[in-house]
Amino acid sequence: MDIVFRDVEHRYQINTPFEKRALYDIHVDIRSGSYVAVIGHTGSGKSTLLQHFNGLLQPTKGTAHLGDYTIVAGKKEKQLKPLRKKVGIVFQFPEHQLFEETVEKDICFGPMNFGMSEQEAKARVGEWLALVGLPEEVRHKSPFALSGGQMRRVAIAGVLAMEPEVLVLDEPTAGLDPRGRKEMMDMFANLQRQKKMTIVLVTHSMEEAARYADDIIIMHRGTIVRRGTPEQIFRNVDDLIHLGLDVPETVLFQRAIEQKFGIQFPEPCLTIEDVERSLQTLFTRVKRI
Amino acid sequence: MNGMIIGKYVPGDSLIHRLDPRTKLLLMFIYVFIVFLANNGWTYGILTLFTCLLLFLSRIPFSFMMRGLKPVLWVIVFTFFLHVLLTKEGHIVFQWLGIEVYDKAIQQGAFISLRFLLLIVVTTLLTLTTTPIEVTDGMESLLSPLKKWNVPVHELALMMSISLRFIPTLMEETEKIMKAQTARGVDFSSGPLQERMKAMTALLVPLFISAFKRAEELAVAMEVRGYRGSQNRTKWRELTWGRIDTAFMLFIGLLAIALWLLRS
Repeated sequence: MDIVFRDVEHRYQINTPFEKRALYDIHVDIRSGSYVAVIGHTGSGKSTLLQHFNGLLQPTKGTAHLGDYTIVAGKKEKQLKPLRKKVGIVFQFPEHQLFEETVEKDICFGPMNFGMSEQEAKARVGEWLALVGLPEEVRHKSPFALSGGQMRRVAIAGVLAMEPEVLVLDEPTAGLDPRGRKEMMDMFANLQRQKKMTIVLVTHSMEEAARYADDIIIMHRGTIVRRGTPEQIFRNVDDLIHLGLDVPETVLFQRAIEQKFGIQFPEPCLTIEDVERSLQTLFTRVKRI
Repeated sequence: MNGMIIGKYVPGDSLIHRLDPRTKLLLMFIYVFIVFLANNGWTYGILTLFTCLLLFLSRIPFSFMMRGLKPVLWVIVFTFFLHVLLTKEGHIVFQWLGIEVYDKAIQQGAFISLRFLLLIVVTTLLTLTTTPIEVTDGMESLLSPLKKWNVPVHELALMMSISLRFIPTLMEETEKIMKAQTARGVDFSSGPLQERMKAMTALLVPLFISAFKRAEELAVAMEVRGYRGSQNRTKWRELTWGRIDTAFMLFIGLLAIALWLLRS
C-alpha cells in the first residue's frame, strides 16, 4: 500500500483562539514495502504526521492518498475502519493501552475488532507471541503482572495481530535496555523483509535510523526539510547539527578519523560494521605504504 | 465540550485579573446573597449595571461570554416560561387556547431569569479571571480561621489544587488512549450498546491504571521531599491585599445597602 501526501497541512483547534498549525507543505511518497525513518526534534510534527496515516487525524488542507483511500481536506470520511486494519500504529509507550485480564485476550482484541473469529484469533496467539519473542507461558497471565519490556511486546503483538500492511512505530524502543532495543528493531526489520510490510519508524535514535531505514525524512517545525537515503542524510553532518539533531556516533567517529589523518572515506559509516570495514581498508592501505 | 467556558481561565492583566483572589471570592459570595435582595425594577437595574461594570473591567469580550452562556441559555428560557405559565397573580394580559398569562407572571419570570443569568455571569467571571491556583490559595486563606477547630484546611486546599492540576493531564491521557484503541479498531462513537460498553472498558481500565500510578508516584515524590502538610510552610506567591481590594469591598457593601433601601 503506497502512501502519497500532497500539500498536506494540519491545524489543531481550527477557528478558535487556540488554533495552531502543526504541519504544512507536506509532500511525501512512501512506497509499499519500504522502511522509512522519520526524525526530528520534539514538536517538529512527527506524531501529528503519523496520525494521518490511518485517518486518526485528517488534513485541514491538501490530500492524503492511503492505498485505495483518498482523504481530501474538508470532506468527512466515514468508513475508516478498513483503513485502520491496513495501517497499524504502535504509539509511544504502547503498554499503556493494555486492558484485558489475560495477554491472550488483549492480543485478540484488535483482530476481533476487525472481524476475525475468536477461535481463529486464539489459535494464532502462539504465532504472534513468538513473533515478538515472548514465551508461550505468558498467554494466560495478566498483562499487568509482566515486566515493562514484556508488556511492551504484548502491546506490539496486539497491533501485529491485526496483520497490517503498513506498520507505523512511534519510538517503539523508548525506555528499553540496549539488548531489548536491538531485539525489537531486528524484529521489525524481519517483518519488512519477510512479510513485505511497509515500516514507518519515528525515532530519536540516529543510530537506529541509520542502521535500519532505507529512507530518512527529517522534519523541522512542522514540515519536511530533508529526504534521502541514510548515506545522503548523514554525509552532511553540519546540516544535521544545524537542525538541532544528533549525529550517529559512528559518523562522528569517522569524522574525527578523517580530520586526524586528512583523508576522506568513500561513504558515511552508518553502523559499527561499516566503521570496521573502513578501518580495515585504511589499515591495509597504511601497511602497504 | 468546546463551547463550555465555565471553569476556563483567560489570561489577562485587567483590573479584575489583578484583584486579590480573596476579594474576588468574597465579592462573589456576597453577590450570591445580595442578588436575592433585588425584587423590583430599580434594584435589578442596579445589579445589572454593576455586573456589566465588572464584565467591562475584566476586558473579557462580551461575545466570548455570550458564547459561553449558550449551553445554559435554554435553562434560563425554560425558567422564564415556567414562571409565565404557572404564576397566577395580577391582571390577565392575554388568553389563548385556555392558557392565561398574567402581567405579574411575566414580570416574575423576567426577574427570576435575570437573577439566574446574573449569577452565572458573575461566577463565570471569577473563573475566567482567576487561575485555579489563585482560587485555592484564596480559599485556604479565607478558611484558615477554621484551623482552630481542627479542620484540615491546608490539606483540603492541596487536594483541590492537585485535582485541578490533573484535569488537563487526564484529558490528554484519555485522548491518547482513545486514539490508540481507535487504531486497534474500536469505534467509540457508533455501534450497538454492548460493543460500546466494551469500548468503554478499553478506555477506562488503562485510564484508571495510569491515574492510580500517577497518584502513587506523586505521593512518593512528595514523601521523599519531606512534605509535611501545613506545618511551618511559607508561600512562594504571597497574597497581598491592596487598596483596590478594599475599594471593591466597600463598593459591594454600598451596593448591598443600596439594594436594601431600594427594595420594595
